[in-house]
Amino acid sequence: MPQVSLKVNGKKVTVEVEPRTLLVELLREKLGLTGTHIGCDTSQCGACTVHLNGDSVKSCTMLAVQAEGAEVLTIEGLARPDGTLHPMQEMFREHHALQCGYCTPGMVMSAIDLVNKHPEGLTEEQIREGLEGNLCRCTGYHNIVKAIAAAWEIMHGKKAARAA
Amino acid sequence: MAKEGIGAAVRRREDSRFLTGQGHYVDDFNRPGQLYAYIRRSDRPHARIRGIDVSAARNAPGVVAVYTGEDLAADGVGGLPCGWQIHNKDGSPMAEPPHPVLALGKVRHIGDPIAVVIAESKAQAKDAAELIAIDFEDLPAVADVRAATAPGAPRVHDDVPGNVCYDWHIGDLAAVEAAFARAKHVVRLDLVNNRLIPNAMEPRAALAECDVTGNYTLYTTSQNPHVIRLLMGAFVLHLPEHRLRVVAPDVGGGFGSKIYHYAEEAIVTWAAGKLRRPVKWTAERSESFISDAQGRDHVSHAELALDEEGNFLALRVSTLANLGAYLSTFAPSVPTYLYATLLAGVYKTPAIYAEVKAVFTNTVPVDAYRGAGRPEAAYLLERLVDVAAMETGIDRIALRRKNFIPPEAFPYQTPVALQYDSGNYEMTLREALKAADYEGFEARRAEARRRGKLRGIGISTYLEACGIAPSKVVGQLGARAGLYEVATIRVHPTGSVTVYTGAHSHGQGHETTFAQIVADHLGVPYEQVEIVHGDTAQVPFGMGTYGSRSLAVGGSAMVKAMDKIIAKGKKIAAYLLEASAEDIEFADGVFRVAGTDKTKTLGEIAFAAYVPHNYPIEELEPGLEETAFYDPKNFTFPGGCHVCEVEIDPETGVTRVVNFVAVDDVGRVINPLIVEGQVQGGVAQGIGQALLEHAVYDANGQLLSGSFMDYTMPRADNLPSITVGTESTMCTHNPLGAKGCGEVGAIGSPPAVINAIVDALKEFGVKHVDMPATPEKIWSIIEAHRPRLAAE
Amino acid sequence: MYNFAYHKPASLADAVKILSADPEARPLAGGQTLIPVLKQRLNKPSQLVDLAALGLAGIKVSPTALTIGAMTPHAAVARSAEVRKAIPGLADLASWIGDEQVRHRGTIGGSLANNDPSACYPAAVLALGATIKTDRREIAADDFFQGMFTTALEPGEIITEVAFPLPVEKSAYEKFRQPASRYAMVGVFVAKGPKGVRVAVTGAGQNGVFRVPEMEDALAKSWSPDSIAAIKVSPDGLVSDIHGSAAYRSHLITVMAKRAVAKAG
Repeated sequence: MPQVSLKVNGKKVTVEVEPRTLLVELLREKLGLTGTHIGCDTSQCGACTVHLNGDSVKSCTMLAVQAEGAEVLTIEGLARPDGTLHPMQEMFREHHALQCGYCTPGMVMSAIDLVNKHPEGLTEEQIREGLEGNLCRCTGYHNIVKAIAAAWEIMHGKKAARAA
Repeated sequence: MAKEGIGAAVRRREDSRFLTGQGHYVDDFNRPGQLYAYIRRSDRPHARIRGIDVSAARNAPGVVAVYTGEDLAADGVGGLPCGWQIHNKDGSPMAEPPHPVLALGKVRHIGDPIAVVIAESKAQAKDAAELIAIDFEDLPAVADVRAATAPGAPRVHDDVPGNVCYDWHIGDLAAVEAAFARAKHVVRLDLVNNRLIPNAMEPRAALAECDVTGNYTLYTTSQNPHVIRLLMGAFVLHLPEHRLRVVAPDVGGGFGSKIYHYAEEAIVTWAAGKLRRPVKWTAERSESFISDAQGRDHVSHAELALDEEGNFLALRVSTLANLGAYLSTFAPSVPTYLYATLLAGVYKTPAIYAEVKAVFTNTVPVDAYRGAGRPEAAYLLERLVDVAAMETGIDRIALRRKNFIPPEAFPYQTPVALQYDSGNYEMTLREALKAADYEGFEARRAEARRRGKLRGIGISTYLEACGIAPSKVVGQLGARAGLYEVATIRVHPTGSVTVYTGAHSHGQGHETTFAQIVADHLGVPYEQVEIVHGDTAQVPFGMGTYGSRSLAVGGSAMVKAMDKIIAKGKKIAAYLLEASAEDIEFADGVFRVAGTDKTKTLGEIAFAAYVPHNYPIEELEPGLEETAFYDPKNFTFPGGCHVCEVEIDPETGVTRVVNFVAVDDVGRVINPLIVEGQVQGGVAQGIGQALLEHAVYDANGQLLSGSFMDYTMPRADNLPSITVGTESTMCTHNPLGAKGCGEVGAIGSPPAVINAIVDALKEFGVKHVDMPATPEKIWSIIEAHRPRLAAE
Repeated sequence: MYNFAYHKPASLADAVKILSADPEARPLAGGQTLIPVLKQRLNKPSQLVDLAALGLAGIKVSPTALTIGAMTPHAAVARSAEVRKAIPGLADLASWIGDEQVRHRGTIGGSLANNDPSACYPAAVLALGATIKTDRREIAADDFFQGMFTTALEPGEIITEVAFPLPVEKSAYEKFRQPASRYAMVGVFVAKGPKGVRVAVTGAGQNGVFRVPEMEDALAKSWSPDSIAAIKVSPDGLVSDIHGSAAYRSHLITVMAKRAVAKAG
């Protein structure tokens, strides 16, 4: 079986995988990082979204072996070691942007990428279009859009995080 | 304390784990020695199975076992039970054909499970499943209800003639006919309520294990673990409850689709017992499309009789309801008691008659999906009222107001069995119109026109019945279960509280709202209250979460249990404070001798109860824990007004919802943040039904929209911001005054959207557009009318 | 998916060698179409040859051509200031492919080699008269697309880069998305450049991307939406499915073409 070495949430790992093992299967089954979810089998829902070298990707549409040498960031790697949440996590909570929580990890990872790539600002329309690759069945997206707009303000230094 | 009590917008405590990847959904569980099940399903809509050869699969790498329906039958495994029996017009019971866990002799829909392969890895199980050779003899199939009831239609079940499961009715036909005979106006409408696929984001999963003593544990994606334990234990696998634990941990959305007892739960539990190793099954999304119960699928004809002034005289409805190939757990109740009983809506229509023929077809079974029957009723009624306005020339708002049940008429008995306890339809209408700036609409229509767009506005003033319902009543209506809810309140020795609730949370935020109720009622700090749900080994019993009942019924059970705690606490306090129990008052967590400063806190009472050194041990048992079963006294009746504004691009037929306002009466609001979220989510599903979603079968039962590549799920850019308001009247018959908010969004919104579209197209003389109002449908309507417009 | 052997060669020659020796071997570019296909077990390759280490990603501009490496992801094309400047319609098109996650992985070479009839890139490549360069030759866009999922590529042949001739005077893409998958139900690319005025349609044709000569002639005479408003592509040969009939697609081609012309200015 081939071996793949990569960095996941800052930690180096080397794992034996079948060539057909998907990155999401590596994360969930080999590394026990079950925060990344699988919601479909046609690369539509985005529940499996993680960051690969700083870009959002669907970990269900990538072989684990393709991640050789890459840096992967999952939902488990966002909060600081002391438990302080990433501003996106904090704003999702503040604005009730999640209900069942299943799409949430992928949604948060996509949202962070979207905000990172748009320091110039994000309109509501851009946020909605930017979430094209993520399905949520619970919220109607309304509060997700609000949370992302609020997180943009914090991530680009326009506002401080709400005091907990 | 009040900052986290009833009415406070408390941020959800469950979010901490969901936002950090620490949620525990069924597929996240793994047990030592675990095997994986893969189910070989039918790719034929209707076929006889002449033979199954599993030998190659059995010999494939990693395969531990392969089972077919014959293996299960030989072991005495029963069929999947149906929990509701409807009777025909003539009083005879409905047809109830067998529903085998794995197909026996025949397959009846795409996705019908045939065999299961159990292997050391998921991939090996799937590899081997392909090696099962099945000798099919294809049979003619039927997918559409009209075709299925036509003479000579293929029979889904050999012993169900005409494919009719039941032919049921409600209401006074003679009174309705008399009213139609004297009516000034009669308006008629044929309409289809499109079939939907629930698509909770978490696919279903089940993981079962059996220990050396024969005790089973099933982890399953369920909205009601106790019901699964009862149905599977008693009817399918014949396992006694005390040896079967069912856990529904974090569940990623349900919307009804996870209420039912599914074949896969029985398969993995049975196999775990046979193999004495844990067995896990997780649906791939493609499987969800062909194995999760689907929703809606009605074809209806409706007629409304009005007098000269526009007063509704009578309503007559005839509906064909598609049940799919088998009876899902609660399917028979949906097009009957959850549908036709709602046809009065918010109107004082004096006479109503509805007949419903429920039909088997070669499609995936249909059962309750968010709203279940009530969206179908609201859609029919609110479309029909708009058509009546159009045809009589009476303004649609004025027509509604004229026929509203007035606030002083409650309790109001409808002609279709229900008695409404409270409501104020004028209030929600008025507030919704204000929030949507209905007055200013014509200016917006004109402005859109200048941009080449057709703008329309539509409203619905809908009603739903939820919090189902008095056990005695539902028993008379055919339910084979009681519909109470259960709660245990355990006050620990130091005064913190654990609540064990039979309701299940899969997105609703019960861990937060239930804790708010308990904190409020017992006067303990919110942080000191823990909510436990979803585990039959911890919670005494429960009926689970569906039909917007968790707060109205489950919350009421908690209040009832807390009242028992308080009553016992008063007796203890009376002893400790040397007073009579009648003189003890309880407020804000403190027991007090009325009119004095002699007090004991709940914590002190709890400590005394568990360390009963100074305690009336002869009269009272130690401990402070109470269980209550709450049986609702009536349904609850949330309702309200939804206003939708759309813009249509006449060149492409694309409809955009540009504004949506929902003002709902949900009774007491425990947490406004959560109520808003529930309504927004429901509205999104309703807009999805109206514009995007459609489970399309071809005439032979092939599902053409079998993945997210073809089934249009609403995405962020399909939806507008959704303005939510609440204008509440209190439920009069439960202690919280709560009505429920889980389904209102999905019930009120579809007719508002279609009414807006018809309004936008009014210059074309359009009477009705069936859902989903796809771009091509709209474009075709515009095209068809273009020559006539050009000629005028 | 079925199992397969995985290779990640370090040179183009090695990749070609593996692919040429085994007709069941398949190249793997971004994998955004191939991996879903493999997951559905619709394809059973013996070996996958990952092209990621061949140095095929990158964007270059010269006075006469914009050249995009085959392994350049859509997101890089969409964000490239050089592409936006040279051929704004191309950058715009890339920003409409799939979703952001897909755009981070999917590549121009993979899209063209697959030639999905609803893919966006073929419309731009055909309308701009691009040249597809491979490990062994150069293929004109007009010769490259040979029907649904069929191209001029030989077994084992690997696309290395795509050259778009410059200067491009006008370019724009309009896409009517299939509502569920978000692929092009009708996508129209209009261009005016070294190869003349061209209009290419994707998503609608049963045989994949095609040009609309009547529209090209009309636009060559007068570049305005009105000049093509009355030109209809016959529904014969167009796709009909649950999302849209051939007649509707025919109508949308004209609407999208008009809008693209207007957008191109």
